[in-house]
Amino acid sequence: MPQIEIKSLNAYYDKLHVLKDVEVKVEKGEIVSLIGPSGSGKSSLLKMLVGLLVPQSGEVKINNEIIDYKKKADLRIVREKIGIVFQQYNLFQNMNVLKNVCIAPIKIQKRDSKKVEEQAIELLEKVGLKDKLKSYPDELSGGQQQRVAIARALCLNPEILLLDEVTSALDPELVQEVLDSIRLLASDGMTMLIVSHEMSFVKEVSSKVIFMDNGSIIEVNKPELIFENPKEKRTSDFVSKILKDK
Amino acid sequence: MERLIEEIPSFFTIWNIIFLAKAMGVTFLLTAIGCLVGFSMGCLIAVFRKTKTIFLLPLRIFIILYTEIFRRIPFLVSLLLMFYIFQIFKISDSLFVIAVITVCLIATAYIGEIIRSGIESINQTQWDAASAMNFTYFQILKEVIFPQAWKVILPPAFGFFIMFIKDTALASQIGVMELTFAAKVLNNKGFSPLLSFGSVLILYFILSYPLDRFGKHMEKKLASNRN
Repeated sequence: MPQIEIKSLNAYYDKLHVLKDVEVKVEKGEIVSLIGPSGSGKSSLLKMLVGLLVPQSGEVKINNEIIDYKKKADLRIVREKIGIVFQQYNLFQNMNVLKNVCIAPIKIQKRDSKKVEEQAIELLEKVGLKDKLKSYPDELSGGQQQRVAIARALCLNPEILLLDEVTSALDPELVQEVLDSIRLLASDGMTMLIVSHEMSFVKEVSSKVIFMDNGSIIEVNKPELIFENPKEKRTSDFVSKILKDK
Repeated sequence: MERLIEEIPSFFTIWNIIFLAKAMGVTFLLTAIGCLVGFSMGCLIAVFRKTKTIFLLPLRIFIILYTEIFRRIPFLVSLLLMFYIFQIFKISDSLFVIAVITVCLIATAYIGEIIRSGIESINQTQWDAASAMNFTYFQILKEVIFPQAWKVILPPAFGFFIMFIKDTALASQIGVMELTFAAKVLNNKGFSPLLSFGSVLILYFILSYPLDRFGKHMEKKLASNRN
């Protein structure tokens, strides 16, 4: 039984058809990467999964349960289970690092604040930011902010983690520190959906790679195959272009 | 100048001082009630205007009509309008009540817009992040948006409050005995305009200066993102 199952799903931004008949299956503990040119619908797919973009038609099942994104109760359940980290970190600018990580578990999940704080400090230590608990987002570098964002998503104890181009906004020398944090999670066996342009990283961590173009899924394959022996012409065009640029 | 100095003892009689103090009280009350009600109601209408649920649509349309109308009519016109509405429907004879209600209606429309623009100045990504973590609309506003929006809201809001102290002078047009009207009365009694309006000028300053300081204080307190 797949943990996430998406069937013939269509979604629109106003009139723009951003997801066209999308079919995805993700098994528990799997790390699935989404690659493709910008505007191909990768981020939209992640946003749709947490209900920031409501699908028009199709079906989404999480743990074999159909999710109706128009229902508030279903949205709550999905957002309990799925954590998301954004390209622009989106930390709350009015809260320090520790508060950013703790606020949702305490205020929304109503968990014990002492225990949440302990967990938050542990997570922040894991991403190497234990000395920044009292800092505010604008005092941190992009890489540090992104690692806080990862800790914030994890502190909600999600079953699934979505990472939306988490290194795209970072300076090259900061990319590694964030990727290291993700590697650590990958080894913990968390289900992850990763949108990334870091092809070597994608190749290294993913169990499956999905190539998207223009809102549709073009190819789903093992990372070795996608990069070295793609089935579709569009995939090989994209992959060879990306690898040439590097 | 000599005449002015001669006039001073007869101007500052106990009766005149009480008369001016009362008028100052009226100006103060008009402004204070207008600002307080305007600020709370302004928050409310800004918050409801940003909602998206379909069943609040009538409320949103009402809010938009209300703000757009009251921000476009001159203060004096709304005041007179309210005055005649009160006359026709015999709601209340008190000029002060009419003035207070008009002042509240106008302040709400203006401050509502200031607050709405403050809320909109905060990037959509902050909403996305919070809603993806199951925050409700009101929780997002309370925990994330307002704490960041104050620094955009407060300076124009206090600017409006201070402008408002002066605008209440228009209430004299329907006969509310506030500061400007009081000055006119004293002037008509034969006191020199310099003395009548000069003292009123000082009283306006006494009213607005602390408010200005308070605004600066609140800006410092709330507007730094560190809370």
